[in-house]
Amino acid sequence: MSANAHGEATPRWLRWALPAAVFIGTLLAWELLVRARDIPHYILPAPSLICSTLAANFGSLAQAWWVTIKITFGALLLAAAGGVLLAGVFSLSRTFELALVPYAVVLQVTPIVAIAPLILIYVDSTTAALLICAWIVAFFPILSNTVIGLRAADPNLRDLFRLYRATPWQRLRWLLLPSALPYFVAGLKISGGLALIGAVVAEFAAGAAGRETGLASRILEASFRTDMPRMYAALVLVAATGVAIYLLFNLLSWALLGRWHATERSD
Amino acid sequence: MSSAIRLNGVSRRFARGVQALDGVDLEIGAGDFVALLGPSGCGKTTVLRLLAGLDAADAGTVVVGYGNKPPVLSYVFQDATLMPWASVFDNVWLPLRITGVSPAAARERIARVLQAVGLADFVQALPHELSGGMRMRVSIARALVTQPDVLLLDEPFAALDEITRQRLNGDLLDLWGRNRFTCVFVTHSVFEAVFLAQRVAVMSARPGRIVADLAIDAPARRTAAWRIEPRYLELCRAASAALESGFAERAP
Repeated sequence: MSANAHGEATPRWLRWALPAAVFIGTLLAWELLVRARDIPHYILPAPSLICSTLAANFGSLAQAWWVTIKITFGALLLAAAGGVLLAGVFSLSRTFELALVPYAVVLQVTPIVAIAPLILIYVDSTTAALLICAWIVAFFPILSNTVIGLRAADPNLRDLFRLYRATPWQRLRWLLLPSALPYFVAGLKISGGLALIGAVVAEFAAGAAGRETGLASRILEASFRTDMPRMYAALVLVAATGVAIYLLFNLLSWALLGRWHATERSD
Repeated sequence: MSSAIRLNGVSRRFARGVQALDGVDLEIGAGDFVALLGPSGCGKTTVLRLLAGLDAADAGTVVVGYGNKPPVLSYVFQDATLMPWASVFDNVWLPLRITGVSPAAARERIARVLQAVGLADFVQALPHELSGGMRMRVSIARALVTQPDVLLLDEPFAALDEITRQRLNGDLLDLWGRNRFTCVFVTHSVFEAVFLAQRVAVMSARPGRIVADLAIDAPARRTAAWRIEPRYLELCRAASAALESGFAERAP
């Protein structure tokens, strides 16, 4: 149970009900405003029209959504594998770390919209190029968090492993990896959202058209035709996907750490 | 009696010139219970780390163990130092797991040692579900599960409340009486040192060395009654005086 600034407990149902009430209220106000002022749908479509557009175009939008999902999670998987592997190498070799960290930082701080056109030129397959772009933005939080996590093991526990003459493998498995897990999960939560942003932004830069394209292409197409309801429908899907990814990783974090780690415990 | 621990002229200087130890001489017989008493920062922990092989002396010799077999060492830290993600069972299992004891044999030894420290009902509990005193009991169980020849304790009860501390003192003496490991107990509490140990080695302020070595002639079986005996208070006074003079000697 959490307490607010005044020390009173917030009932659990209120934590769901409050944002839900704001959401429904906003939609209602939007709908009423559009109807009362007779705003044309090519300027601002009403929520009801966005819903019906979403339903009418569900086939093509779902197909695009699936492409975006594949790129997002593909990039995330590669980012997790690469980040953990590289963090492991860094923890074993300070030389590697000194040599490579600056490049990881350069990759991180350069805006992906600026790199994406280059990658699209050099890589033949658009899907591969999109995957690389999404991977670049998702990679760094996992790497830097895991590096910190591998160093976060209790120094006394490290001494204990030395005292009992543990092998490096035993130390990694029973001490360093469990100590790093909360940090890795925190990195994964950030990267989940970033991978989606990377996938969408890169597709905007690609401006790709055709069958095997994602939600960003649907938004671009709709904008060329000033089909505002369709733009909004695709946008709703992107936002909903982002929220779903956020909830998914919160759930994962709770499942992995809920029993023991302070960030997930309620007491 | 053969000595289990021998320090001869041991010095240790850290980076940036801090001299932690300066010519420490100490001999401890096998099966003895010795308290290392000194003010904070006098190098008591450094002595334990040297004994455990976690640090190396700059000068002098450190010998731990006797005979041909390398001694089994255990270390109890100031904090319980448990793995927060692992159950009581898994925490106590750790040293056996590292040293490759078969799971069947380990299970039996863990059950026995958890029984001995009074935690038989908390096998599957996680550290955060236990009180500070119980966590320290887990830490002691983890140290004893390897059946050590030498048990090193670094102010293990300093963070606990007085009642818990006195109970754990009594329990530690029971465990020592039953298993007769060599015990080096670091503390800054005169009362704790005199209550527990057969001998109290008093250290000076930094750079630390041994300034007094008091034999504690107490009843074989010490109970709470020992704390109120005239002899106990007399020895506490002597240890305090030695601590005071060791402090004055080094002060500028």
